[in-house]
Amino acid sequence: MTTEPDSSAQSAEQRGAASATVPPTDGPDGDPTRGSTTGGPAPEPAALAPPPAAPAGKATIGKADVAFKNLTRAAGLGLLALIVAIALFLVLRATHALGQNDGNFLTTQEWFPNQDPPKFGVAALLFGTIVTAAIAMVIAVPVAVGIALFITVYAPRRLASPLGYIVDLLAAVPSVVYGLWGLLVLAPHMKGIQLWLSDYFGWIPLFRADSVGRSFFVAGVVLAIMILPIVAALSREVFLQVPTAHREAALALGATRWEMIRTAVLPYGKPGVISASMLGLGRAMGETIAVALVLPASFKISWNWLEPAGNTIAANVANGWGEANDIGRGALIASGLVLFIVTMIVNIIARAIVARRRDFSGSSA
Amino acid sequence: MSTATVPEPTAPTADGEDRLNLRGAILPRFVPFAVAAGSVVVALLIYLLTPVDSEIQIVLMAALIFVVAMTAVSTSIEGSRRARDRFATTLVYGAFLLAVIPLVAVLASVIGKGAARLSPSFLTHSMNGIGARDSGGGIYHAIIGTVEQVLIASAIAVPFGLLVAIYLVEYGRGRISRTISFFVDVLTGLPSIIAGLFVLAFWILALGQGFSGFAGSLALVVLMIPTVVRSAEEMLKLVPNELREAGYALGVPKWRTILRVVVPTALPGIVTGVMLAVARVSGETAPVLLTVFGTNLINANPFSGEQSSLPLYIYSQAGQPQQFAIDRAWAAALVLIIIIMVLNLVARLFAGRSRLK
Repeated sequence: MTTEPDSSAQSAEQRGAASATVPPTDGPDGDPTRGSTTGGPAPEPAALAPPPAAPAGKATIGKADVAFKNLTRAAGLGLLALIVAIALFLVLRATHALGQNDGNFLTTQEWFPNQDPPKFGVAALLFGTIVTAAIAMVIAVPVAVGIALFITVYAPRRLASPLGYIVDLLAAVPSVVYGLWGLLVLAPHMKGIQLWLSDYFGWIPLFRADSVGRSFFVAGVVLAIMILPIVAALSREVFLQVPTAHREAALALGATRWEMIRTAVLPYGKPGVISASMLGLGRAMGETIAVALVLPASFKISWNWLEPAGNTIAANVANGWGEANDIGRGALIASGLVLFIVTMIVNIIARAIVARRRDFSGSSA
Repeated sequence: MSTATVPEPTAPTADGEDRLNLRGAILPRFVPFAVAAGSVVVALLIYLLTPVDSEIQIVLMAALIFVVAMTAVSTSIEGSRRARDRFATTLVYGAFLLAVIPLVAVLASVIGKGAARLSPSFLTHSMNGIGARDSGGGIYHAIIGTVEQVLIASAIAVPFGLLVAIYLVEYGRGRISRTISFFVDVLTGLPSIIAGLFVLAFWILALGQGFSGFAGSLALVVLMIPTVVRSAEEMLKLVPNELREAGYALGVPKWRTILRVVVPTALPGIVTGVMLAVARVSGETAPVLLTVFGTNLINANPFSGEQSSLPLYIYSQAGQPQQFAIDRAWAAALVLIIIIMVLNLVARLFAGRSRLK
């Protein structure tokens, strides 16, 4: 933030007036104003366009300053308008289709917007969205915290930054490539693990499976890989900001490294880790293409998470969009609106947790 | 554990009782490596003696044996506190290795399977006239589409985002600024498919414009803006106030100080942020899918008619059952990853040149 006391034209004029009292010989280097320093009107030092007379010059400066400030403010307000427009147009397009809907949008599991009368609901999709995101969180968050601890505490200092970069590379891989890999490489390889889980843990309903395949579990693993770098990077930032004094104090009292982490690093970083996890959760719920490629797109609330079944809101938009008619597109937009609201709530909670502790802003600033 | 961190001065005395293990035995440095080697050998033996299905299970078993053996050895010699410490160390190292596995696996798959199909003609031909069972075809039309859409999106999003960042850092105060900052965060978390749905609802359905590369650019703009704003904001905040004050002291108006002093100082960092944003949107599929529609033909005009794009091409080819299509998807994925990695590397170079740290 600037410490400059005041903005806008007023201060510019004050500055102009102040600089008028500075002797013109002040500028050591070749100034464009050097030629005009023969007295007369109060000279404006530095590279100020070609102002003939001082009062007029001040006036134009003021206008330019005001204009520039208004330009940047207009951009800022434009951003607000963009958010409003997103919400507005999604609602507008969704209401038409919702008016035609024969089923209850929130509780219906089927998705037949193209039939007459249209009947569609978001229940199964929302369920799939939450389940895959939850599986991803359960896998990704502990691993991400481990990575962040490894980079901040365990890794040799010289290696820490390159290792962090390697994890960041995971984030650079586009989601469609994860989808391709998840569909063609990971899903076949996960068959053994899924069979093993259903054989030995089949007594838990979630792991019971008549057949295994492209399931919620596989989609959750793909999502976990995708959100891992985000959660790890944000947690790393937080752990880096743990005061060295705290860590050294713990070590000086005889703590082992793990005790130091438990007593100094983790308590300090906890809000940051929670917030990073929430951001990862939002990302996992909104992820489209990877899930669309992996899941077989069935509209059923399935509690057997190893069986090939399920769909998510975002994946359904990508899959169902091709054959959607006018009502169908409206229905997809309505489901997108639900996703928009859910991810926004998740994100706002995450930001609120960060805002409660302004010590870190998610970056090194 | 707070009691454990308080050393008792009387503990390591003549009676030899050293409950905190302050002077206790510590395993030599080679022991973890020896235990690791031993557990791999045991796992291999188990593999040879019993029918185990896959290599993954050998690795898992070796890891499990290592954890158990190491904890047992450490507990018996060093005491439970150090054993717990070693256990945590193993877990943390394991977490990092676990994260490297998918990265290596993804890159290996893409490079291995993509390089087999990649050829000069793949880069210079479109899919025009290629049937579902044909082996030919290429990604020329998709590359054109991606480059045009991303360039147009950058041309809109970068100036806009930079202006917002300047407002937030240099002018913004009070409620409006806080609100804008908050909604930048909201936009950051916006799922990419929502951006696509928005442009679909606004540009294509409400305004009646057709599918086009430009519509895709609009969706990408929505995704780029928050990234550009955030990175530019962070860099502008790093510019020392002395530079601004020097400008003011010379009578330079504020807007010129910003454009001639503050922004140029922060430029390398801003360029880094822009490159990362470009890299991110280059790989976005979902918004492009809903707005660009996809085509097999070369369409160099982003303002009319359907276009294709690399991520969209990968998605459509991956959804087809023929092996030829899947090969094309891998090759296109390789090209896309190369483009994105180059963008990332260039961004890193610019970040290295930045004088603001």
